[in-house]
Amino acid sequence: MSKMHITTTVNGDDVEFLCDPRETLLDVLRDRLGLTGAKEGCGTGDCGACSVTLDGRLVCSCLVLGAEAEGKRIGTIEGMAKGEDLHPLQKKFIEHAALQCGICTPGILVATEALLKKNPDPSETEVRYWLAGNLCRCTGYDKIIRAVLETAADMREAS
Amino acid sequence: MALDSLKSEGFKQVGTRPDRPDGFDKVTGRAKFGADATAPGMLHAAIVRSPHAHARITRIDTSKAEALTGVKGVVTRADFATGLKGENWNILENVMAGDTALYDGHAVAAVAATSPLIARDAAKLIEVEYEILPHVTDVDEAMAEGAPVIREGAADKSVPPGLHPNVVRYHESGHGDVDKGFAEADLVIEDHFRTEATHQGYIEPHACLATLGGDGKGELWCCTQGHWNVQKICSALLGLETSQLRVTASEIGGGFGGKTTVFIEPVALALSRKTNKPVKLVMSRSEVFRATGPTSSTSMDVKIGMKKDGTITAAQGVFRLQGGAFPGAPCEFTAMCAFAPYALKNVHQVGYDVIANRPKQAAYRAPGSPMAAFAVESVIDELCGQLGLDPIETRLKNASKRGTKASFGPTFDQIGLVETLEAAKAHPHYSAPLKPGQGRGISCGFWFNHGGETAVSLALSEDGTAQLAVGTPDIGGSRASMALMAAEELGIPYENIRVTIADTATLGYNEVSHGSRVTYASGLATIEAARDAVKKLCARAAAKWGIPEDAVKWENGCAVPSGPNAGDFDPLPIDQITKRMGATGGPIVGHFEATPEGAGVSFATHIVDAEVDPETGKTSVVRYTVVQDAGKAIHPTYVEGQFQGGAAQGIGWALNEEYIYGEDGRLQNAVFLDYRIPVASDLPMIDTVIVEVPNPGHPYGVRGVGETSICPPLAAIANAVSAAAGVRLHELPMSPPRILTALEKQRDG
Ligand code: FES
Ligand code: FES
Repeated sequence: MSKMHITTTVNGDDVEFLCDPRETLLDVLRDRLGLTGAKEGCGTGDCGACSVTLDGRLVCSCLVLGAEAEGKRIGTIEGMAKGEDLHPLQKKFIEHAALQCGICTPGILVATEALLKKNPDPSETEVRYWLAGNLCRCTGYDKIIRAVLETAADMREAS
Repeated sequence: MALDSLKSEGFKQVGTRPDRPDGFDKVTGRAKFGADATAPGMLHAAIVRSPHAHARITRIDTSKAEALTGVKGVVTRADFATGLKGENWNILENVMAGDTALYDGHAVAAVAATSPLIARDAAKLIEVEYEILPHVTDVDEAMAEGAPVIREGAADKSVPPGLHPNVVRYHESGHGDVDKGFAEADLVIEDHFRTEATHQGYIEPHACLATLGGDGKGELWCCTQGHWNVQKICSALLGLETSQLRVTASEIGGGFGGKTTVFIEPVALALSRKTNKPVKLVMSRSEVFRATGPTSSTSMDVKIGMKKDGTITAAQGVFRLQGGAFPGAPCEFTAMCAFAPYALKNVHQVGYDVIANRPKQAAYRAPGSPMAAFAVESVIDELCGQLGLDPIETRLKNASKRGTKASFGPTFDQIGLVETLEAAKAHPHYSAPLKPGQGRGISCGFWFNHGGETAVSLALSEDGTAQLAVGTPDIGGSRASMALMAAEELGIPYENIRVTIADTATLGYNEVSHGSRVTYASGLATIEAARDAVKKLCARAAAKWGIPEDAVKWENGCAVPSGPNAGDFDPLPIDQITKRMGATGGPIVGHFEATPEGAGVSFATHIVDAEVDPETGKTSVVRYTVVQDAGKAIHPTYVEGQFQGGAAQGIGWALNEEYIYGEDGRLQNAVFLDYRIPVASDLPMIDTVIVEVPNPGHPYGVRGVGETSICPPLAAIANAVSAAAGVRLHELPMSPPRILTALEKQRDG
């Protein structure tokens, strides 16, 4: 099958790639662009490990075709820290041990950053429902939820 | 290696909560998990799996697949070693079917191609003809007369005569006279319980990258809980010399026992050997559900007698475990854990390991124990209810203590069950008022914990920092615990330790990360390796000062003259010694290699409040508290994390998760949408209390903490549901339809 030529931006950089029309955005990120921060936990939109943003909107990259990235802005976990400075969420996740194995972590961080952009002061229930599409099998979510709420409070104070 | 009484007081670093050493990697996407590796010229593989529960394979035609552009090689059973015996044969048969497909999802062939899409297309072109055989997936049906025989001759010598050939192992233990004990009871309750199989549900599917040449030398990268085990098994299955296969463990995206296994690694190696190229093989989620280790499903009968004052007079249990198409269901663990929390004069337990047309079961956090606790702790709850007794007081009255002859034989050393019960009783949760419609449940749980073969090496750098190499993959932050223990012994900052999970070529054999053994065994080995390095550091100082080696002690990261020489020389800091290592005798490396056997057993008590919606039958967990004995918490935050994670998995097992098989023997729910693990909005915060009753078998008193936390939730929630809705569920999961049926039955009287 002939490949498609796609022009897009990833974490602010211009990127071009060729892909099969059947390839997902997740396949492209991981296999063609070498950005393996987004993970495939299911491939069916159920686990959120592949979370990225597309023109600022949170999506499961396993449910988006690579070809759909044409002309769009993609944001991934690799773009979350600014240089050597971690995003406050990343720092807080480490501090709170909001990860055990860490396979869900990139997806959860990307999803949470999108939440805090939309709603800088979420309630516990809002955080829990927002993250209901991001499975974590290790932590029982307790430390994740606390880390998110605390970061939100810190960021509100700082702004 | 015994508890070091001097050390157990006054820790400087152990017990603090520093950031984990691999935190930066894990929050930035830099950490490399199983599927994140690549190699130049790499091929991608896909596996063809049986759609039938039980079928003879009459023909495999790979010609169409091989003709597809981009396809480089196909393997079937013929590409693996022959003449294997015992568990190696079982594993090979599971990795790639021989004559017969034994369950829906059983691998029958595999293909490697230049892209994942071509590999997937090629897999569809491999034609397999089957002759369908009768199947059985239920444990009771598999044991019943007339059930299809999965495999003749699979039973071992433990099985008494007269049982169905699908019963492959048998366990019996206990002591005293249960009949006499039941006769002394004021109330005897006997009930039947069932639990469905659940999956460990790690978010990272199995993945590996294999390179193997015609020279018999190989490299394997994979996500595993134990790479030496992978090395040993893969070598056997491919007919390689063990040492010629080097295995590196990737970061691991959850395991919970389910990655103590080998599934795709030998297949990738066989494809690599055939194509002479690196081969990457990654499972899809549905392959993970269909073909990797769920737990056993169970059918259990438990009978307990109690006096009016709460004394248990006798306990008896029969535990039947279905473990898929191969022997290995942990029926002995179920039986041995069942009554372990209680000091019983009369106790008897029996376990059956039963094979059926399902995937080979794998360990899942305290394998076998949670099901037993579900049955036993439910019956104890019923007894307390009918006799009007407090559930914690009753458990305290019967609790196992130091000196108790355990239900499974040995005599307990220092243990912490009573302490967890006392802490639960004193916890504000236990006395908090309940809202209408809510109920509170209690349960205890037990797990043995494990030591196992362990090798660790600690090399000092010239600047006085240390590189610690351990062989147990870090599943949940164990690098942090190791670094804390090494820093404690060396007297240097935590940040000065770099912890690496070494590959199989670098250290001696390390048993898999299971049995809650990592912080116990690798921790003990780390402490001993650091002490070995300290001894060598002191010797260098002694030589410099010209005093005997035993006249030097180690304090706060410095060699210090002691005894008659005290004060003769200034303390010599570690970096002053390491700076001159080369000139004073060469590199300084501490070692430890042994099989530590003092893993202390661990107990927990959980309190849960649940609410049942009478309209929908949906149960919500509204409050949850875990109280568990950790012996000594090295990094308390990660100990809490283990407690919380185990509780959450137990909640899923209790309420939602199950393997659902159709009449055709096919798994009906092999995706996360249908196999529903708890999501953030399903759970409350999970409160934790760390009890510390030191383990006499570890220098700091550490007990493993990873597994016990999943033992109490099933029963604690069943007991809470019973208190909330007035119905006792004897079958897991307590899904809305089951609860509704129970409520209807109760309404109809
Ligand atoms: S991999 Fe995309 S949601 Fe699971
Ligand atoms: S930390 Fe392992 S899945 Fe979330």
